Amino acid sequence: MAAGATYEPIATTTFAGGTASTTFSSIPATYTDLVMVSFLRAGSTSSSYVIRFNSDSGSNYSNTVLYGDGTSPGSNRYSSQTSAYLTYYGFPTTASTFGTIVTHFQNYSNSTANKSFLSRSQNSNSGTDYLAGLWRSTAAINSITIYAGDTFASGSVVTLYGIKAA
Amino acid sequence: MPNPTYKAIATTTVGAGGTSNIEFTSIPASYTDLVIKLSARSARSATQDFIQININTSASNFSARGIEGNGSTVTSFTDTVFFGAMPGASATASTFGSLEAYIPNYGGSTYKSYLADSVTENNAATAYTELVGGLWSQTSAITSIKLLSATSNNFSQYTTATLYGIVKS
Repeated sequence: MAAGATYEPIATTTFAGGTASTTFSSIPATYTDLVMVSFLRAGSTSSSYVIRFNSDSGSNYSNTVLYGDGTSPGSNRYSSQTSAYLTYYGFPTTASTFGTIVTHFQNYSNSTANKSFLSRSQNSNSGTDYLAGLWRSTAAINSITIYAGDTFASGSVVTLYGIKAA
Repeated sequence: MPNPTYKAIATTTVGAGGTSNIEFTSIPASYTDLVIKLSARSARSATQDFIQININTSASNFSARGIEGNGSTVTSFTDTVFFGAMPGASATASTFGSLEAYIPNYGGSTYKSYLADSVTENNAATAYTELVGGLWSQTSAITSIKLLSATSNNFSQYTTATLYGIVKS
């Protein structure tokens, strides 16, 4: 049966096209973890997808990625970045074809530890990847801004969920 | 206050003798996304077996790209209806693998994508973890999902699969 009130939508952004970023602000601290589900297609060119927390544009972000394009797997490391990647392959431009990125943010509202996240994604034009990210800040996450390297195509949707522990 | 959004639509637990497939039919269109959680083991005489997906009784128009680690090497592959991996009958007894899949916008009019990660478990040097991104290049709403062994073996007794619906508001 239903899992109860442990998994709740906080906010959803549906893109009409031409937009390159959006912010989820005033994120309540009442959950344990956050999950962001992104269903995305790029406006014109295959697009990167990055995130910043609490409007921090300092060099406080890092990523480790494991990826595969169907032939060659690989791993990369990105440190001291001014934003963090949410997917290695970006998202597709092909008509009717959207990429899926599911990102988990653990213990996002604590004020003692740096914030980590884990993202899994698929871009049917390019490949599939696991990606771990770190924001070197002990501040509670109260806003999330996501950016497309190009734009988010019409029909793209991003939803932020809150998860509560028992 | 938002409403609860993660709801179980159906659960299947495999009985004695196993079953050749697990199928969710008459999936309601009232959710936004779907999630499948699977605890599975195969009757295949090997340490692992692989899981395929069919949508709306179709095994056509699928493409998938995956990455796989087996404890020593990492590979990347392409396939069609590939969904994940599970332990076979030669793996450690009473040990089941885990799979979670996310299927966004399953009722929409665009192509249907899925993201599935899975692990096999085995008390030996080799076990598998997989991440698969798949695409079903059809615009029909998803009304049924069938999971089956890629080697035509049975899912073993006590395999369980649950289909969840997610509502955004």
